[in-house]
Amino acid sequence: MASVTSATAAATGELTAELKGFREVQRLAYACAEAVAAQLKPGVTERAAARMQREWLHERGVRDWFHLPFAWFGDRTAFVNFRVPLQFFPTNRELEPGMPFILDMAPVHNGCTADIGYSGCLGLNPVHDRLLADLEAHRDLILREVRERRPLREIYEDVDRLMVRQGYANRHRAYPFGVIAHKVDRVRQRRWSPTLFGFGTQSLKGLASDALHGHREGWSPLWSPYTFSDHPPQPGLWAVEPHLGFRGTGAKFEEILVVTDSRDPQESAFWLDDDLPHVRRWQEERAA
Amino acid sequence: MKTGPGRDGQQRRGAGRPAPTGTGLPEAQERWVRTGGIELCVAELGDPDRPTVMLVHGYPDSKEVWSEVARRLADRFHVVLYDVRGCGRSTAPRPLRGGFTLEKLTDDFLAVADAVSPDRPVHLVGHDWGSVQAWEFATVRRTEGRIASFTSMSGPSLDHFGHWIKKRLGRPTPGRAAQLLNQGAKSWYVYLLHTPALPELAWKGPLGKRWPGILQRVEKVPGGDYPTASLPTDAAHGAWLYRDNVRARLRHPRADAYAHCPVQLIIPTGDAFLSQRLYDDLDRWAPQLVRRTLPAKHWVPRTRPDQLATWIGEFVTAKEEGDPAKDVAASGPYADRFGGQLVLVTGAASGIGRATAFAFAEAGARIIAVDRDAEGAARTADMARLIGAPEAWGETVDVSDEAAMEKLADKVDAEYGTVDVLVNNAGIGLSGSFLDTTSEDWKKVLDVNLWGVIHGCRIFGRRMADRGQGGHIVNTASAAAYQPSRILPAYSTSKAAVLMLSECLRAELAGQGIGVTAICPGLVNTGITGTARFTGVSEEEEKRRQAKAARMYGMRNYPPEKVADAILRAVVHNQAVVPVTPEARGAHLLSRFAPRTLRALARLKPPV
Repeated sequence: MASVTSATAAATGELTAELKGFREVQRLAYACAEAVAAQLKPGVTERAAARMQREWLHERGVRDWFHLPFAWFGDRTAFVNFRVPLQFFPTNRELEPGMPFILDMAPVHNGCTADIGYSGCLGLNPVHDRLLADLEAHRDLILREVRERRPLREIYEDVDRLMVRQGYANRHRAYPFGVIAHKVDRVRQRRWSPTLFGFGTQSLKGLASDALHGHREGWSPLWSPYTFSDHPPQPGLWAVEPHLGFRGTGAKFEEILVVTDSRDPQESAFWLDDDLPHVRRWQEERAA
Repeated sequence: MKTGPGRDGQQRRGAGRPAPTGTGLPEAQERWVRTGGIELCVAELGDPDRPTVMLVHGYPDSKEVWSEVARRLADRFHVVLYDVRGCGRSTAPRPLRGGFTLEKLTDDFLAVADAVSPDRPVHLVGHDWGSVQAWEFATVRRTEGRIASFTSMSGPSLDHFGHWIKKRLGRPTPGRAAQLLNQGAKSWYVYLLHTPALPELAWKGPLGKRWPGILQRVEKVPGGDYPTASLPTDAAHGAWLYRDNVRARLRHPRADAYAHCPVQLIIPTGDAFLSQRLYDDLDRWAPQLVRRTLPAKHWVPRTRPDQLATWIGEFVTAKEEGDPAKDVAASGPYADRFGGQLVLVTGAASGIGRATAFAFAEAGARIIAVDRDAEGAARTADMARLIGAPEAWGETVDVSDEAAMEKLADKVDAEYGTVDVLVNNAGIGLSGSFLDTTSEDWKKVLDVNLWGVIHGCRIFGRRMADRGQGGHIVNTASAAAYQPSRILPAYSTSKAAVLMLSECLRAELAGQGIGVTAICPGLVNTGITGTARFTGVSEEEEKRRQAKAARMYGMRNYPPEKVADAILRAVVHNQAVVPVTPEARGAHLLSRFAPRTLRALARLKPPV
């Protein structure tokens, strides 16, 4: 990805126009998550929550998706007893007071893809608060080790170890191929943008062509625990989604990590945006 | 307005005086309450300004059956016990026939309650016939406002029982018929008590003499000053409890027997006289019922006073504080069984130990998380509190260090109480051929895997046995305990020893109500692979094999949470040996029916 390889210093906060585009979509998606989360109340079903996300983004011009919005409530946030991928799709599970929830959406807007995950809970839930707070260490760990150019598989295992030390289960292992992250890219805008099993066909095409290139060059657009991820971070945009589970409660964040081929460690990898709900939450907690 | 014949009878409210010696409760103040021509002997302990807990005894008992429980409650509550009419030192009605109806027993209760706690409702606790009566108290209109809570054990409401029988007779499906027959067989003594004169003769004759011995032998009631000398007359008079009430109530049960106060139901699972199924429909009669189960026989006030005092205390306190947000019972499975119990888990900083601590925490148990890794143990305790443990502590101890374990046990005894469930789980891995294993390696693995278990069982098991109120010990063995292999000789040996130790200990402690379980997990995705030693290879090679083993266990990905569930299930059902993963179960079967196959498998050389 040419634009990323020449990204300007993240430290100065200046991004190329292209990265700005991605950041705009990511902000739009998080705004959607916050707007929908604010409307959730007891009795709302996962399907309704997913529809609310879809409509909110459609009103703001989103026509294509990397994947359609997901919503998980209660112990489905920790993927309890998930055996087949169809179980990821929203169900008629109703939200109850104290229940955790996760909204996960990946809209494509102006050709840029975002893929975000937003964790919250309806009312008080100390376990969920703890999970969210403990996610911060994972965000730091991932960035640090990507900058060190460690093989993705090793980083995956380090994240696993940190989760175990914290007492949690790795729930991103439940995702297809057990991925903790996957590449996202520009998507060509078409008038008709069908989806296949919830995934946009244009995005799937991009992922498939990445996989093909990667296969020839020895890397993979999927960041998994398997040998095909045993390579240093590949420049590009990675949607990173560590997902913690603890006895029927799950929490995750998902946001874009920019990896470049710069030699400067600061510039070699950085989070696309540091002004996100979960990051603000950690800052507020530290300030308090 | 409170009305009833009990109010009209004169009550003599003499100042309390110390109970005569030899009654089992020398520290109690006694007084007499007169109602309907009967003098009831009432004993009081504790500060009268505290909430009143009234303990009602059963048949054939007197109020002294509660002595151990009363003592444990007296520091927090105003504890009141009384001899039911015709029992202990209370007088009997004349004539006996018709003098023991539930209506008259309700009069007695109201008279005592008015005497000891005129302004505040009392917290009722009943065992056996005391509970049968108390159900009547808790469900009739005229006691409304006089009862703040009711804890029932081993005594169903006769009305509920009547409906229970009717429902099963009305549509006797095979399951329901079996329940009826089961309870019908357990009620043999009720039929006998309905014969005229014979029960009285037996109780005043040989049965009365032999009864204490029978209680000790069959019901495991500890010896001592109970039963009291009044037993033959208590039992003879008490026969009229059955004759005056059982037939009438079972034939025509009241349709409005709804409890007007919160109810806690404690079910002893080993009760020889009452089926657990009796309480299946109870939620209909008592909304917000809190259920507890206790692995014990019928006479729980004698055999499990600690646990009863804890549950009664918790329930009464919760109702006094009246905080509806504060649930008494935790939400997890088996919360009825482990709520408030003290559980100690070794190796609790990670893997199976940590998951086990969490599972017990979810069931409302108090957790002591023991590990060498202080930070991990503290983290486990911390998270345990978040998910339901009322209290949890992290303790840093190396299980192979006998002195440290002794010190821990002293501390636990002094600060937290006696351990109810002990999980000896700490263990380390060691892989490599026998000829490459040095004596130093052997020592290390045996120190933790075997000696750690020995210390735990000896030091904590001794205290458990000394308390004499049951408990459970779980030892984490391994599928390697019965599955030979050429790669794990030392580890397998240590685990085989743990398995046999558990079996022997189970035999030894069975008589004391302490169960022992050996858990054989199999390949479970935990940190043991990352710390296991590999003998006979370079350090670099060891690192590589550790990573490889960790990956393999990760691919297998059997979660430690499932092992924790198996542990809780094993404790509840008192299982002896529990293989967990499918491969562990398969190997267990093979070890019994086709050991040669296992031996052949043991020869295979795995790729390194």
